[in-house]
Amino acid sequence: MTFVTFGILAALVVGSAAGLILKRNPIHGALFLVVNLASVAALFLTLHAEFLAAVQVIVYAGAIAVLFVFAIMVLIPGKEEMGPDPLRGQRLLAVPLVGVFCVLVALVLRSATLSGPARGAAVPGGVEAVGRLLFTDYLFPFEVTSVLLLAALVGVMALTKRKA
Amino acid sequence: MVPESYYVALSAVLFSMGVLGVLVRRNPLVIFMSIELMLNAANLALVAFGQRHGTAEGQALVFFVMCVAAAEVAVGLAIIVTIFRLRRRLSVDELNLMRW
Repeated sequence: MTFVTFGILAALVVGSAAGLILKRNPIHGALFLVVNLASVAALFLTLHAEFLAAVQVIVYAGAIAVLFVFAIMVLIPGKEEMGPDPLRGQRLLAVPLVGVFCVLVALVLRSATLSGPARGAAVPGGVEAVGRLLFTDYLFPFEVTSVLLLAALVGVMALTKRKA
Repeated sequence: MVPESYYVALSAVLFSMGVLGVLVRRNPLVIFMSIELMLNAANLALVAFGQRHGTAEGQALVFFVMCVAAAEVAVGLAIIVTIFRLRRRLSVDELNLMRW
């Protein structure tokens, strides 16, 4: 049963990623991205990371996807990829090279840490476990994150302000 | 229970598809979405490894990755909008202003 769930979710993840890459219209790409992010959130659920699944849906599928759709609305793209491609050879070469890259990454990850026996103990994935870590061991990075978000906020306003 | 190596393999495939999107597409918005795919693949691998080692530390790291991704998307889209205002075009092949 869990294998069936994983298979369906994996197919959704890979299929929506392929749709994002192949579809010419960026608004279709944004919708495929939402499907992809939601499927990854469901995969988090199967890994017992319930808090992260909720955050994934709220932050990624909510905020970031809406931001993308807004940007597409403002920019009205679609004509960029119609003309002749000056780098067609390089782009065709990229496809087999990425295949080689994928195999290499899979081999490295496989040899890294997954060869030993599993711990078996279920990881607490709720708000409590993650929150306890964030406010004890990772307190300093957590505070730095707030500065980072503030910097992004100010930076975006400075970048997009029209000169009066 | 599905073994964690399956998740890690899926994460490798997802990351490679993100790389492919960055390399093949010409629209900066789609390139940005492909970068999101790569970040998601890294998140998936982190959660799988955390599950494997029996700690919640991987999930804490994913939390930070999400924060960085949110900041990155906001700043990146602002840069794209600014470039579009200056150039009225939106193809990465034409942006060679900083190329020597």
